[in-house]
Formats: sequence, C-alpha cells, structure tokens
Amino acid sequence: MKENYRKERIARSIKARSDDIYALTSYREMWYLLFPRFIPIVGIAIVSYFLPLYWKKVAITTCIFAMLAVSWDFLSNCGLLSLGQALFFGIGSYTAGGLNHYLHLPIYVTIPVATVMGGFISTMILLPVVRLRGIYFAMVTLILPLMLMRLVEATKILGGTEGITGLSPFPNVWFEITLILAAMWASLFGLRRFIASDYGLIFVSMRDNDRATMASGINIYAFKAQALFIGSSICAFCGAFMTHSYQFTGMPVFAMEFSILPIAAAAIGGIGTLAGPLVGAMILVPLSEVLREFGTLRIVFYGLILVICVVALPEGIFHYASRKYNEMERWVKIE
Amino acid sequence: MLVYGLINSAVLALMALGFNLTFGISGVANFAYGAIYVVSGFLTWALINNLGLPYALSAVLTIVIIGVFGGLIYKFIIRRIRGLVISEVIATFGISIVILEFLRYIGFIGFKYSLPVFINGSVEILGTFVDIQRLFIIGFVIFLIAALYLFTHYTKVGLAFRGIAQEEHTSLSLGINPDRIAGWSMGMGSALGAFAALVILPLGTITVDSGYDVLISALSVCIVGGLGSTFGVIIASFIIGYAQTITATYVSAHWTMIVSLVAILIILAIRPSGLLGHQKELEERV
Amino acid sequence: MSILEVNGITKAFGGVKALDDVSVTVEENTLLGIIGPNGSGKTTLVNTITGFVRPDTGSVLFKGRDVIGLPPYRITNMGIGRAFQMVKPFFHLPAFKNIIVPLASPRVRASSGGKYGDKDAVALDVLEEVGFERDSSVPYKTASVLPHGYLKRLELARLLALKSEIFILDELFSGLSIAEVTSIIPIIEKILLDGKTVVMVEHRLKELFRIADKVIVLNYGKKIKEGPPKEILEDEEVKKAYLGVEV
Ligand SMILES: Nc1ncnc2c1ncn2[C@@H]1O[C@H](COP(=O)(O)OP(=O)(O)OP(=O)(O)O)[C@@H](O)[C@H]1O
Ligand SMILES: [Mg+2]
Repeated sequence: MKENYRKERIARSIKARSDDIYALTSYREMWYLLFPRFIPIVGIAIVSYFLPLYWKKVAITTCIFAMLAVSWDFLSNCGLLSLGQALFFGIGSYTAGGLNHYLHLPIYVTIPVATVMGGFISTMILLPVVRLRGIYFAMVTLILPLMLMRLVEATKILGGTEGITGLSPFPNVWFEITLILAAMWASLFGLRRFIASDYGLIFVSMRDNDRATMASGINIYAFKAQALFIGSSICAFCGAFMTHSYQFTGMPVFAMEFSILPIAAAAIGGIGTLAGPLVGAMILVPLSEVLREFGTLRIVFYGLILVICVVALPEGIFHYASRKYNEMERWVKIE
Repeated sequence: MLVYGLINSAVLALMALGFNLTFGISGVANFAYGAIYVVSGFLTWALINNLGLPYALSAVLTIVIIGVFGGLIYKFIIRRIRGLVISEVIATFGISIVILEFLRYIGFIGFKYSLPVFINGSVEILGTFVDIQRLFIIGFVIFLIAALYLFTHYTKVGLAFRGIAQEEHTSLSLGINPDRIAGWSMGMGSALGAFAALVILPLGTITVDSGYDVLISALSVCIVGGLGSTFGVIIASFIIGYAQTITATYVSAHWTMIVSLVAILIILAIRPSGLLGHQKELEERV
Repeated sequence: MSILEVNGITKAFGGVKALDDVSVTVEENTLLGIIGPNGSGKTTLVNTITGFVRPDTGSVLFKGRDVIGLPPYRITNMGIGRAFQMVKPFFHLPAFKNIIVPLASPRVRASSGGKYGDKDAVALDVLEEVGFERDSSVPYKTASVLPHGYLKRLELARLLALKSEIFILDELFSGLSIAEVTSIIPIIEKILLDGKTVVMVEHRLKELFRIADKVIVLNYGKKIKEGPPKEILEDEEVKKAYLGVEV
C-alpha cells in the first residue's frame, strides 16, 4: 500500500503559546525575537552609508518605494484598495515644490507641511469614494493621478510640462539618508504598532467585514477617511522628499510607476503584514537598477513578476519566510 | 460640432462597452483591456502587411483570436484568483503592462502603423464634412448595442450572463457554470475591445500609449455611468463626449481630459455609485 | 410601553415586493418572534429597522424617534443591536479582539467607565457570558478557525458588548445542534431578565415558541398573523403558508 505523509507544522517556542502576553526567559529567546528586526535595520543602515554615491541614491529611491508600499499595504489592510499611490505622492511633491519655489520656504518647513497638507488634500479628493467599496475605489484612484497630470499639462500651472526646477537641495547626502531611513522604519514599526492597538483594530476590522463594523456602532466612513489620511500622508512625505532630493517637481511625479511598483512590491513581499511590502521593495528596486540596461523590457519583467507572484505564490515572500522561521516542519505518516 | 460630438460619444461608448460587459457579468475589472485594444490593432496590421491577408479576413480573424485570448487569460490566470479583488486587479494590470511594454520594446512605434479605413471619402452633413469612417463608428455602436441587447435577452448564453450578473449562487444551483460564463464574458469583452480597435484605429495611428488612454477613457465612462450598467455607459458617453467636443472647439484640445476629470469628480460628489450604478453602498444581502 | 414601532413599511427590490405595508409594535422587555417561509422578507424587515436598507415608505420609531434614513452605526449607537443571519466576523482577528471593536463605539465609550479600563478584560468577560470558556484557548483563537456555533455566540457577544437595548437576532439558531440551542436559550432569558428587549427571526419554531411572548408571521412580504405563540400554532392560514413544515 502506498504510504501517505503529511506535513506537520510545530510552532517554535514562546510566541506559539500565546497570542498576547508572553515572558522572555532567556537571551536566546530575546535574540530569537530581535534577530529578524535588528539585523535588517542595522544591515540596511550600514550598507546605505557606505555605498558609492550613485548607489546611495538608489538606496534612497528604494526606501521611498518601500514607504509607498508600506502605505499601500496599510490602506489595503483597512479595506481601501488603492491603485494610485502616485496621486498622493504627486500631490505631496507639488505641494513641497510649490511652497519652496513660490514662497521660498526652507526645506524643514516644506517637507512637514507638504506631508500634512498632501495627506489632507488627497483625503478631501477621495472623500466621496470612501463610501464605495473595493474595485470602484481602485478604479478612481487609478485614473485620478493620470488626469491630474493632464490638468497640469493643460493649465500650465505649477511649471506645466517643464515642471519646477532649482528647488532647495538637502544639506548633504548623509542627512538625506538618515532622514529617509528614519522615516521608513518609523512608518513601518509605527503602523505595525498602530494596527495592533485597540484603536487600530477598528481599521483592520473594516477590511474583514465593514458591515459588522458598522453594526458595532462604528462610523466606518470617518475611520476610512482617517486611514486615507494616514496612508496618503506617508506618500506625500515621500513625494516631498523626492522633490528636494532631485530638486525638481513636474508631471512625472504622477507617473504610473509610483502606483505600480509599490503594489508589485507588496504582491511579492506578502500583502497584509506591512513588513512584506518593504521586503518586496528592497528586492524589486535594486533589481530594477541592475536591469536598467534592458530599458523598457524592465517593465515587462515587473508585469511578469506580478502575474506569476499573484498566481503562484499568493502568500508572498514574507509570509513564507516567517512561517519557516517561526515553525518547524516535519513529515509524518498518515495511518 | 453637433456631429463631431456624436462621433466622439460613439467612440467613447465603443471603448467602454467591452470593459463594462466583462465587469457587469463576472465582476472582474479587466485592466488589461487597453492592452487588448492595442494588440488587436497591431495584430490586424501584422495580418495584413506581413501575411498579406485581405482586410476583411484579418479583421474577423483578429476578433476571434483576441476573443479566445481573453477567454484563455480567464481560464489560466483569473480563474485561480477569482474573488480576491486585490489579486485580480494586480494580475490583469500585470498582463496589461507585460503586453504594452513588450510591444513598446520590440518597437511598434511610428506612423507606418495604421489601419486602412473601410471606405475612403467624406460626406457633408449639417454643413460639416465628415469622414465616412466616422459615420461607420456611429453605425457600429448602434448595431452593437442592439446586438448586445438581443443577445442578453433572447439567447440562452445571454440569459445565463444576466443570471450570473444578478445572483451567482442561485444561477449555480440552476446548473449554470459561473466559471464558464465568466470566461465567456471575458472573451466577449476582449472581442468587443478588438472590434472597437478595428473601427476606431483607422482614424489615426496605432500607438502603445493609446492602450493606457483607452483604459482611462473606458474607466471614466464606466465610473460616470455606473459600473456594470450598459445604459449608464451610453448616457455617460454622451455627456463626456459632448463635453469634450465643446471644450475642444471653444477652449483648447488640451482641456478635453480635464472635462472627464471634472465630470468624474462632480458625479462622485453627487452620486458616488455613478449615474445608474448598481453598486449600492449597503443594499447588499446581509 | 412600546419601545419599537414599525409603521407601514413597504420595500420593493425591482419587481419583488419584499415588504408590503408591514407594521409591528414591540413592547419593552418582551420577546417578539418573527417567522415566515424563506424569502418572506424577514431579513429585509430587520435591515430596514437597523438602517441597512432604506424602505420606500413607512417609519420606524425607536423610543418615539424616527430612525429611517440614519446610517446603521447611528442606529446601533442608539441601542438597536443586530446579529447577522450570515455570520461574518472579523476573520483575521482573534475572537476577543472581535469584541474590542464594539467596545470602541461611541455608545460604549459614553457609558460609565466605558472610556477607561482594560478592554481585553471586558471583552473576555462578555465572551464568558455567551459561553466562551475563559480559561481555555478558545477566546484567543482567530475567528476564522472557530466552529459555527462559536461564531453565532460571537454575534450575540457583540450585542452584549454594545449594551444594546433591543437585541435583533436574525436566525441565531440556524445551523446549531439541539444541545447548542439549549445552551444559548438561558443566555437569551438572562438578557430579558436584565430588562432588555429581544426580537428573534427564526425557523426553529419549537424553540422559539417556548420563549416568545408574541409572534408575527410574514408571507410574501405581508404580515398575515400576529398573536401569542399558542394562537399562531392553531391558525389555518399560517399552517398553509408553512405547508409541509412541521410545527
Ligand atoms: N438586496 C436585495 N436585492 C434584491 N432582492 C432582494 C435583496 N434582499 C432581499 N431580496 C429579495 O427580497 C425577498 C425577501 O428576502 P429576505 O432575505 O428578507 O427573506 P427572509 O425572510 O429573510 O428569508 P430567509 O428565511 O431565507 O432568510 C426575497 O425575494 C429576496 O430575493
Ligand atoms: Mg433571512
């Protein structure tokens, strides 16, 4: 008779016993928990500081996309499927650029103001649509940035097709890297902590079933607007940052790339964990730098990766890795 | 201008119908629609110029091939992730990028890529000269709408389409295979896209970027009209079509896209689910 | 005193009249049963009362205030709690975290002590009331792995956490075993003892008739009968509507 085996998964130590409270009883356990968090933070910091200048810029771009991806995942965790991170990104970028160019505000004013104002404007634009669910929201967010691009083109406001150049640069590249790294980790761990809090639970509950959230007495529209504000502020920050990093803002900030790459990163990294999309971005962006010589074929690769990942590895790298890390697997015979 | 507005509206309606058909029936938003539109153009061009087939044959072949292609996309990709909205969107979008950017990469750019018009020449209507091709567009839109209506109301497959659109689970219990129907709807939606391409593209050259433009136009029309509602699409096409033509004549051609944008924003502010949207906020079974 | 008054509600979906001029009065601290064959409009009635469906005509007065047109969360916060026929909890969250969400609602926060204190502990208390064993691992399990019976209890727990005044339970007993139903009935009796009002939509007539004070019967969207359970049992018209259903 054929022998059947099945895979048995055994959770490794501490975390398995409780979803909530647990005590760390040894350095080994502490290390076990710290390792996956500590290593990437230190590793990425060290690597980014010692790279040659060109790759430093790549590292910065990577962080920016990582933040866009984290924000995308946060929104999707709240039941808001965004296909238009470029909208938030572009609005942040133009706000920072406009403030800097027309009002001559310094960089430490423009970036915070653009972050908050960008988030606010984006939320206002999308407010009518938060009442609708799923795909409808997605479609609106997809076309809005493209149309805003045309708006700038047609009205020739804010520099028109040429954009605004000659904006204030960062004082030096060290400052730049430190700022974006800090922002990236802050948004990742901040959001992770946030959605695990009692207040954040409400946001996550909307994805599972927004009717039940409503029947729990929660005004879901107010909460979705808040989620939108948080998510778009993060993107607006990225836009403002990029603007000063390249000392330029213009129509390309609404480009499809800023919408697609974060989603691709999330699809590869694993949707729903916030950390997964970050991992995905860390893989995708440097990879696309390496593939630069292929020109537009590079985007074809993105597309392929997207389709394959979604169909073949729906859980994403992060889920896979964390399962391997947190659980032991073995084959057992089925009697 | 009256005539041009009509033509513009017809073009928009043609672009949006295929997308709307697929979405209305299977609930799959086919973001690869724009890519399919462009591919159809290039395919016909290749059939005519590389294989030397006659025009009519190439056109029919294209529609069939693209229809089958759409069905296959459903069968091998979408079916595995049906119902996971995020995955559906990502997958169709991915397909769209792969197709369009690949076309760009192998260099389908330039003026030589254009399809022949059906009949050359123009006629005078209400004091303006209009290409006959443009008149064809209007004719085809009317024809298509009539055909779609007859199809969904009087044929077995069409009735099954409507059944699935209304209540997937009940239809399931009546022996309708929703997967098969969804595949069909995807194929038919794609074929409609190919059809639109064949009729519209002779007016200009085929470019890769028009893939994105078509998707945007189709989406705007569907959003304004209300997703899944054929009648809504037609009305929305007229509103946007005329608005665009009027701005193009009196203001500047640059502003046409803004008209769609404004239309979308106004509609969303007043009626978030579109003019005739079925997408109700709450009235879903609970 | 009547706490809830439904006056002349009509609602049509396309050609189907799901509700046709239905009026119901619910007395405070009683248990009203709503029965009727499949598709007779029971869930639609619940949906209109709780704001998920807007009726074509008619009014719903809760403590004398018209609630038609208010969004569901406002109605919930006024004290009308509603359990869904199709249980769809927050699948990604552990059972007790499911209860944190209603605990964060304005209604609970405005009640004494609702703003402060350990929400987890309150959630566990509420879950214990509906039969989640506190010292076991059940309350900590992700909702997606809970068995059907526990999901139904979770629905009930949500309403308890909300401190609702009216509990509208849409087919709470469907899909439960007799043993499970017998273990839930005391919970409902306790809710009544606490002075709350209960409206139950049910197909499990035997169990319902044991605890109901009044029953109304819907058929094709019309209210065909209203009265104490005993009268309903003997009514010819009701029997006809339920042809083949054993009472
Ligand atoms: N959102 C909707 N759209 C269209 N028709 C609906 C909708 N909701 C309910 N209906 C129809 O209204 C009628 C009443 O449905 P309802 O769900 O209220 O019945 P019910 O009494 O709860 O049945 P059951 O015992 O099966 O739960 C049915 O014919 C149903 O098909
Ligand atoms: Mg029901």
